[in-house]
Amino acid sequence: MCGQAVKEKQETQDKQDIQERARTLTFEILRYNPQVKGETPKMKTYQVKEAPGMTIFIALNEIREYQDPSLQFDFVCRAGICGSCGMVINGAPGLACRTLTANYPDGVIKLLPLPGFELIGDLSVNTGKVFRAMSERVESWIHDKHADNVDLDKLEETMDPDTADEIYELERCVECGVCLAACATKRMRDDFLGAAGFMRLARYAVDPRDKRSDEEFYDIIGDDDGVFGCMTLLGCEDYCPKDLPHQTRIAYLRRKMAFAKRS
Amino acid sequence: MENLVTETGIKKSRVPAWLDLAQSGTGLVLGIFMWVHMILVASVLLGVGSFNFVAKVMELAFLSPSGRGYPIAVVFAVMGVYTLFIVHAALGMRKFPINYRQHKMIRNQMKMMNHSDTNLWYYQAVTGFVMFFAGSVHLFIMLTHPHIDPYISADRVFSSTMWPLYLVLLGCVELHAAIGLYRLCMKWGWFIGKDARKSREKLQKFKKRATVFFLTLGVLSLLVFMIIGFRHRDKVGEHYSTQRTTIEQTIITG
Ligand code: FES
Repeated sequence: MCGQAVKEKQETQDKQDIQERARTLTFEILRYNPQVKGETPKMKTYQVKEAPGMTIFIALNEIREYQDPSLQFDFVCRAGICGSCGMVINGAPGLACRTLTANYPDGVIKLLPLPGFELIGDLSVNTGKVFRAMSERVESWIHDKHADNVDLDKLEETMDPDTADEIYELERCVECGVCLAACATKRMRDDFLGAAGFMRLARYAVDPRDKRSDEEFYDIIGDDDGVFGCMTLLGCEDYCPKDLPHQTRIAYLRRKMAFAKRS
Repeated sequence: MENLVTETGIKKSRVPAWLDLAQSGTGLVLGIFMWVHMILVASVLLGVGSFNFVAKVMELAFLSPSGRGYPIAVVFAVMGVYTLFIVHAALGMRKFPINYRQHKMIRNQMKMMNHSDTNLWYYQAVTGFVMFFAGSVHLFIMLTHPHIDPYISADRVFSSTMWPLYLVLLGCVELHAAIGLYRLCMKWGWFIGKDARKSREKLQKFKKRATVFFLTLGVLSLLVFMIIGFRHRDKVGEHYSTQRTTIEQTIITG
């Protein structure tokens, strides 16, 4: 009984210590609502007490909860799965829910919306529109002319485990838009497909169920808005929060397209 | 797409693929050529005689009975390089920001991320642009004065005050070549082995070392040429080979 009390006391003491030692973080956040006529973008500063294991996402929620309910930002899963919380964190595009405040030793964190997307308000951007257009452009589905004649009674053909792994690796994309925001080529040229599109197409290119020929892939990405427009700045590779193999996959597509046979 | 609208049944053009291959191909050849060129020029560090030997080999002196060589070989080589240079520049230029908006975008992006490979691209664009002028001057001189001689080169550097041009050219070439060759590996997936990310780090290190190595080699060579040129300032225009022949003749006849 006595031991229990001591333990509890110790725990409250520890908590107090942590509270006292906790840093005060300064958030500089871009505030702008394009819906409101005459409003101009400005930076607003908020102070938040840091908690152990705090992510940017937690801090933002705290700000919205206790300081400014009008602050707009997106999140769903808070686990790096839904890809909603992409933003520019001290200059680096990334996911708010996967970024610890502890990574910033001086405690100053500047947040901007992802560039190159339609701004909904503050830190919230419309990535959905861009990704929908991307999916349509690369025809993000299995193409097989004979799919209708499939004998449903037959066992499905097996897939080589390495191929399955490779497909899975590329399917991990959460469509957060970080690769596009980190790409200076995409920023300069709006029509450039960008890394997310290349990853998607590479996924179908390795899938044996997709019967598209190199020529058909060439029709989609065989120009300067496609893979030949990539200047290999590798922002996608370096900022992708899911560590997708952008560099090697884009190189693969480039080789495939550069030497694509004419039928 | 635009083809499909006006002429049905037309296949998508292969030209973008060729252009991309040509840009990388010319870049690869030029990059390796520049490294080899630097090493050959640096032979002057071993002495005027060594440089002259290299120059004679380049002029194919070993094939000519008189031992004088054929400067025309240099003319052809220079013309080849010149062609690659112009083609590469023209193809590279396609990627430049074409208006203020695009330029502002890449500058913003660089400021925002301070990301090394993005910054390197910009340096490449700038050095490429400078080289288009500085390199042209050098290539034109080589085309019109194809006889390579250590004293003539030294006089050019010192007495004709060409050293600032060569200094600028050196910096641009070495940065551009090393960055370009590194980017080629990334672009086409060369030397990536099993672990692409580790290989990239290795290539980055190699790129840095190569840049430092070739820049040092270049600066030292330029310095040596300055010294040779300074000592030779009273006899501007006199060839090393003729001087040596006269000495040899004096020895023989004397
Ligand atoms: S909230 Fe889902 S990825 Fe960050």
